[in-house]
Amino acid sequence: MAGISRDEVAHLARLARIEMSDSELDHLATQLDSILVAVASVQEVAQADVSPTSHPLPLTNVIREDLVRPSLTSDEALSGAPAKVDHRFKVPQILGEE
Amino acid sequence: MTNIHSTAAQMSEALSEGSITSVELTEAHLVQIEKVDSKVHAFLHVDRENALAQARDVDAKRKSGEKLSALAGVPLALKDVLAQKGVPTTCGSKMLEGWRPPYDSTVVAKLKQSGVVILGKTNMDEFAMGSSTENSAYGPTHNPWDLTRIPGGSGGGSAAALASFEAPLAIGTDTGGSIRQPAAVTGTVGVKPTYGAVSRYGLVAFSSSLDQAGPCARTVLDTALLHEVIAGYDQMDSTSINAPVPQVVTAAKKLDVKGLKIGVVKELSGEGYQAGVQQRFNEALDELVKAGAEIVEVSCPNFEYALAAYYLIAPSEASSNLARFDSMRYGLRVGDDGKTSAEEVMNLTRHEGFGAEVKRRIILGTYALSSGYYDAYYGSAQKVRTLLIRDYQAAFAKADVLVSPTCPTTAFKLGENVDNPVAMYLNDIATIPVNMAGIGGMSLPCGLAPEDGLPVGFQIMSPAMKDDLMYQVGGTLEAALVSKWGKTLLSEIPALAGK
Repeated sequence: MAGISRDEVAHLARLARIEMSDSELDHLATQLDSILVAVASVQEVAQADVSPTSHPLPLTNVIREDLVRPSLTSDEALSGAPAKVDHRFKVPQILGEE
Repeated sequence: MTNIHSTAAQMSEALSEGSITSVELTEAHLVQIEKVDSKVHAFLHVDRENALAQARDVDAKRKSGEKLSALAGVPLALKDVLAQKGVPTTCGSKMLEGWRPPYDSTVVAKLKQSGVVILGKTNMDEFAMGSSTENSAYGPTHNPWDLTRIPGGSGGGSAAALASFEAPLAIGTDTGGSIRQPAAVTGTVGVKPTYGAVSRYGLVAFSSSLDQAGPCARTVLDTALLHEVIAGYDQMDSTSINAPVPQVVTAAKKLDVKGLKIGVVKELSGEGYQAGVQQRFNEALDELVKAGAEIVEVSCPNFEYALAAYYLIAPSEASSNLARFDSMRYGLRVGDDGKTSAEEVMNLTRHEGFGAEVKRRIILGTYALSSGYYDAYYGSAQKVRTLLIRDYQAAFAKADVLVSPTCPTTAFKLGENVDNPVAMYLNDIATIPVNMAGIGGMSLPCGLAPEDGLPVGFQIMSPAMKDDLMYQVGGTLEAALVSKWGKTLLSEIPALAGK
């Protein structure tokens, strides 16, 4: 099961939106290999009849009343923005030129 | 005489008697920080002016006869993963350098409401990922017992601040041991409450189904006092438990364990556990027997898979949680020259903003969640989680609380495991099962290992929503050990602490 190639790491880095240098990819492929060997043991005991647990508390659909409450002003919400225009976040271009 | 070496409970008493003011107490701690923090590096940000303003405010209220909470005016160190309005909150990452949150986390709001004085923000492994504080983008924290050693992680800054008497109280967060392991290796006390006991609102998420904030201090009673300040139901956290907070202060003062059954977890001992750690743990068990507890052995056969499951679940949740650091609304932005696309700006920002361990875990989590591998890795890990919960259920049927050494070893050297993630992860082997099941866990000091003279942690685990039990056992054990030693463990800490 284990065994992860440099190309696979490059693909994962693209999915995770992290630019990586060649040396980072090489180093990470080696380390992920050893981590995956160490964690593969979960497959030994994960029998089909065991139900998965995603969360320690048995909660479903926690909702509150739909009431208007005080919230951040737009200045407060924009206070950490890397770039802004008027009362909006300014982001780099999302669509291509044409 | 109340001074920085006093407990928070003693400080609280002196404040209410009027023999010291909060401003004096806060200033004394700021002086100690000035004196030792260049060596320890527990703090990322010292919030001198705000701390003194909070202290003045409490003093004025006290003078006017206002009824104050027990810890009003007592200083505290806050882990830099909790949002505090207007105060830098970095999570130990370059990604959030200079970010000042526009709101308070619920923990901070409760601290402020109780008049606790927040001295500043403490160092941590980046986004709470690590066991040594070496993954902080701002340099490591040093263990006050030996500056060449790790203070534990991820909350090494909070634990080191306590051990070096820079603060009598601290807040930590614990996803796989980040409160308890630093407490163990610094000779302090740290508690991870039951999952859902303390609100996660404003706690920057690492692994949402495991993260839990909790109290840190130098005594069991002080952690209990802080526990009651920060715990409680919060509408802002959908996983908050809507039930009364257990009476942990009363439990910590009980000093009686007669008739309690204490289960020693067979799997959390033996191979890999340092001889001196095991020895001090066993001696502590003897004290509990003398105090009237009954010791039983319990077996949790699936614990051997806990670490593996954790290192699939936590990175998986992290890879999703940390997607929010996309450089669009707050935090670092790199390469935005007007021509580069948003996607490329994200790639460049995340390359530069995240450190090696964070990238490693995001990639591992992305892998474990990708189609084709999901069932084998993430799905299997979730099943292991069920098995761990069953192990605990069986064990708690035989014992009221469970115990083990907090960590297999004492503090290792800075740099020793930096590039060996698997060895680093092994340090959390005894603390991780607690988070996986969502139960409560405490670490308190049980002595110094004979071979290296470094602190050893004793872990107590209590069933979900019965956090009072671990405080009862912890308080009793602490009293027995301190009376046996004739002094507290931290009174032996090297000259650094100003002794």
